[in-house]
Amino acid sequence: MTGAVLAQLPVRTPPVDWAGLLPVLLPAAGALVLLMVRSLVPSRPRGRADRRAAPLHAGEGVARAARERSEQEREGPDPDATGRHLPQQVLQPEVLDAVWTFAVAVAGLVSVAVLWQRDAEVEAFGGQLVMDRMALFVAAVVLGSVALAAPTLPRYCRRVGVAGAELSVLILLAAAGAVVMAGAADLIVLFLGLETMSIAAYVMAALNLRRLESLEAGLKYFVLGAFSTAFLLFGIALVYGATGTTSLDGIAGYLDTYIVLRDAMLLAGLAMLLVGLGFKVAAVPFHAWAPDTYVGAPTPVTALMASAVKAAGFAALIRVFVEALGVRADDWRPAVFALACATLAVGSVLAAVQSDAKRILAYSSISHAGFILVGVQAASDSGVAAVLFYLAAYAVIAVGSFTVVAVLSGRTDDRTGLAALAGLGSRKPALALGLTILLLAQAGVPFTSGFVAKFSVISAAVEARSYWLAIVAMVSAVVAAFAYLRVVVAMYFGDEGSDGSDADDASPAMGLGAASVIVVAVLFTIAAGIVPGLLESLSSTAAGF
Amino acid sequence: MGALASTSFPAALTVLVLVPVAGALVLLAMPRTRPDLFKPVALVASTVSAVLAVWVLAEFDAGSAAVFQFWQQYEWIPGWGVSWQVGVDGLSLFLVVMTALIFPLAIVGVDAEHSPKPYYAWMLVLEAGCLGTFVALDLVMFFVFFEIVLVPMYFLIGGWGHGRRAYAAIKFFLFTMFGSALMLVAIVALAFLHSEASGGAVTFDLTAIAESQVLATDTARWLFLAFALAFAVKVPLFPVHTWLPDAHTNAPTAGSVILAAVMLKLGTYGLVRFGLYLFPEASVYFAPLMITLGVIGIIYGAVAAAMQRDLKRLVAYSSVAHLGFIVIGTFALNTEGLTGGVLQMVNHGVSTGALFLLVGMIYERRHTREISELGGLQKPAPLLAAVFMVVMLSSVGLPGLNGFVGELLVLLGAFNAHRWWAVVAAAGVILAAVYLLWAYQRVFHGPATGANAETPDLRWREGLVMAPFIAAIVFMGVYPKPVIERIEPAVDAIIAHVGDNVAGFAEPVADVHPSVSLEDLARSTDKADHNGGGAEHSGGDSGGGAAEHSGGNSGGSGAEHSGGDSGGGGAEHSGGNSGGDSGGGGAEHSEEGG
Repeated sequence: MTGAVLAQLPVRTPPVDWAGLLPVLLPAAGALVLLMVRSLVPSRPRGRADRRAAPLHAGEGVARAARERSEQEREGPDPDATGRHLPQQVLQPEVLDAVWTFAVAVAGLVSVAVLWQRDAEVEAFGGQLVMDRMALFVAAVVLGSVALAAPTLPRYCRRVGVAGAELSVLILLAAAGAVVMAGAADLIVLFLGLETMSIAAYVMAALNLRRLESLEAGLKYFVLGAFSTAFLLFGIALVYGATGTTSLDGIAGYLDTYIVLRDAMLLAGLAMLLVGLGFKVAAVPFHAWAPDTYVGAPTPVTALMASAVKAAGFAALIRVFVEALGVRADDWRPAVFALACATLAVGSVLAAVQSDAKRILAYSSISHAGFILVGVQAASDSGVAAVLFYLAAYAVIAVGSFTVVAVLSGRTDDRTGLAALAGLGSRKPALALGLTILLLAQAGVPFTSGFVAKFSVISAAVEARSYWLAIVAMVSAVVAAFAYLRVVVAMYFGDEGSDGSDADDASPAMGLGAASVIVVAVLFTIAAGIVPGLLESLSSTAAGF
Repeated sequence: MGALASTSFPAALTVLVLVPVAGALVLLAMPRTRPDLFKPVALVASTVSAVLAVWVLAEFDAGSAAVFQFWQQYEWIPGWGVSWQVGVDGLSLFLVVMTALIFPLAIVGVDAEHSPKPYYAWMLVLEAGCLGTFVALDLVMFFVFFEIVLVPMYFLIGGWGHGRRAYAAIKFFLFTMFGSALMLVAIVALAFLHSEASGGAVTFDLTAIAESQVLATDTARWLFLAFALAFAVKVPLFPVHTWLPDAHTNAPTAGSVILAAVMLKLGTYGLVRFGLYLFPEASVYFAPLMITLGVIGIIYGAVAAAMQRDLKRLVAYSSVAHLGFIVIGTFALNTEGLTGGVLQMVNHGVSTGALFLLVGMIYERRHTREISELGGLQKPAPLLAAVFMVVMLSSVGLPGLNGFVGELLVLLGAFNAHRWWAVVAAAGVILAAVYLLWAYQRVFHGPATGANAETPDLRWREGLVMAPFIAAIVFMGVYPKPVIERIEPAVDAIIAHVGDNVAGFAEPVADVHPSVSLEDLARSTDKADHNGGGAEHSGGDSGGGAAEHSGGNSGGSGAEHSGGDSGGGGAEHSGGNSGGDSGGGGAEHSEEGG
């Protein structure tokens, strides 16, 4: 018996192309390594360490203690002021965490680039995870967002008092989950990726223990997220019941081959999948969590929720609906049509009536989700290409805009009202110009990536004969433009008298990290708007799955 | 329409558009510590463009004005069939030249009240956007430039304006953006439907789409409406004009000048190039609607202008009226009307641009634009009053000045197409005289009291800025031939294009009048009119116009009375039109390939 087993050694496992999985493995391993190192190595002298590093498990008692500590701290000297000397700053643990996060994300990007060049679809684990061009594109968006957001972390964490190491670990874990979602070829794998990403995101949202809103954001996100996960799981189960498989290819093949006569179960499953994923991408009417969560979460986390998390959500939506359920497009397209209309209208109208920059960006993020849904609704290759282009363009814009907000948000991370922006155009012209360009890009002004993204989505919709959807989208873009213009007005055309009496101390020095992030985001936005050919060819290559 | 590339300097138009952009970038890179250099840099950049535009005007081949000259094409987004394609023909030539000339004048003539660096940078960006719109021959490229001009103008109004500047800036931006939002959908739909119907690849090439005319009638009409809405907001036509008075009143002087002289023309130019040319059938179908709106605009603008207490607002409403003339000229769909419309675009740019500059000068001296606060300026500032007088009379349409030629042609064209509307529109000319002369009287005549008596006269620099305007006003009033002979071939080609593609269309819409006897009556009246009026402006032109017109009529309604009418002269003209297949453009009109 034993001999028989031994005779078969070495056990032959199915071959796994580990190199092909690097976009997933790198962030996951990076997160674990960082977690281990930071748990074992005391990074600061005692006293400082416990002040900085808030506990990962945000229990109620701990949170209260942290809040109390922070109350005392608020009286103390500005943390920025204490760490002015450069050598000290470089060696500070937050900086090391951020550098690590950045390095891991860049390594991931390099692996994506290499795999893209290799041009061979990587299938792993019995075809459950597929690193095709689309997965790689979305992985690049996710990892690019992380890399773009990372340089802002050290100064932000120090200023606001968010634990840097935990944030970095969670960001990398969420990124790993997002890449898994993008590469999922099976509903179960998709679910695993989604949960990995979501749970990390729940915790990240609540990481600013000093702000009640942050805790509220985390709780709301968690409860509604769990709720939506239930829908998603139920949907998976029903689709499995109807088709007998959870593999996306299998579902597509089954629906291609057989006509489902009693399709109530399939349709119910389809609807539930749509609800579940609709929650993740914050489509109206499943958006209720988004504004509060976006506003309450630490601002760099918000940036990632609007970029990486959204990209992963839409990748999943495309995988499930366009790829697996493409045969039943006639069943789900009207539903997505309605979702897109509602999302566009509600997102832009509510953005227009807000009086807080961060909240405006949160609602505008909903309206952008509506735009992306327009591309999904087209259910075509060009629609998918448009979605991917939009995701890439918007990810950069979102990270850039939220970074500006983070710079302005002050020590409490909540000075984001339009009043706080008053006179920014004269106080900090470069920062104001950067935010202006990013906002105009969101409005879809030509010569920015935002225009090209909207153009591609509209093209896809028109090509699919969804004229009314295209019209609704464009009209809501005008409404949303009003919201952005209000921010610009606050920055430039505010009354001369109110040039930021209390805003001055709320906008401390920007720091090299945030500055370079904003510069890169603005340059990318303009470059992709003037010469969109490269990004366009990448996204349409990626769409040809 | 074919296309000609320039041999000596093929990239002239591209450079023309990009030079201001380069100037803006240079400004952006300059240190804040040298504010004295900002204006010279802006001036140099815009002057280079102006010189280039004048060179284009000189090199322009008047004989083939129906063809796109200085034509050039680069790939832009090959994946979507979008290209960078530029060219000018008789329709756009003078708009390009006027734009390129007015910008340096506006930059010299008006100083930035504060923050000169962004001010001049936005002016240059605005110039690039306007020039790009006029030379674009690709639908997406056109849209991109059409839309981008909103941004600099928004900042100019909001940042350097007066009064409720933020409100005016946002209103301006949103109104115009709303109009063009639907146009974007229409552009994309047009490209896809065209490629489907013609079986080719998706292209946004204006000429290719316009010449093939493969769309179903209903589709084309819907698309036309989407385009027309965008242009109607920009023009602005009557129900969607409300942004204009606010924007003008609150804009800084240079902003008003550019807004009136150049940006409103984006709309009227769009109606010709992307209305008539792209959707001939729909243009004919909707012409009564557009003419009605134009006439309403004329009367409404005139009445509203007469009631204004703010001098600048008065000029703004007078723009609504003048632009109404351009629209009815365009949709008269005959050579006189369209030529007059295109000419009037340039005329309005010159005279209203100058009016806004003068209002700005008055405001700078008196710090008010309330007409009731002003009075008797003639005595302390005689030169200012004289210049104002000439410009105002040009705006009124006094014979001998440029406004007359354009308005006369427009009214002639409109009379042939829609007689009674032309009668109503002609009343608008009288109203224009009423409100402008009345305004002049209140501002310049009477006793100069208080601060009015101290008003300084024109300075040297201001005089030099106004001189080109006056020169253009007088030159184009006395001798419009060189301008008209460059515009007319392109207009003829467009009319012929409409005739080719619309079954039953005859210039100028002969079947509007069912009774032959009435028609005869109309023709004789109109001919008398024409000859009477023709004497005032240049002889050569009016002869051509008359012959042309009668030729067109005879082609449309049959031979029985053609002999007597076309005796006036210009046999080759009437032959060309009655042939129906080719206009004055001649052989170049036939498709010459991209």
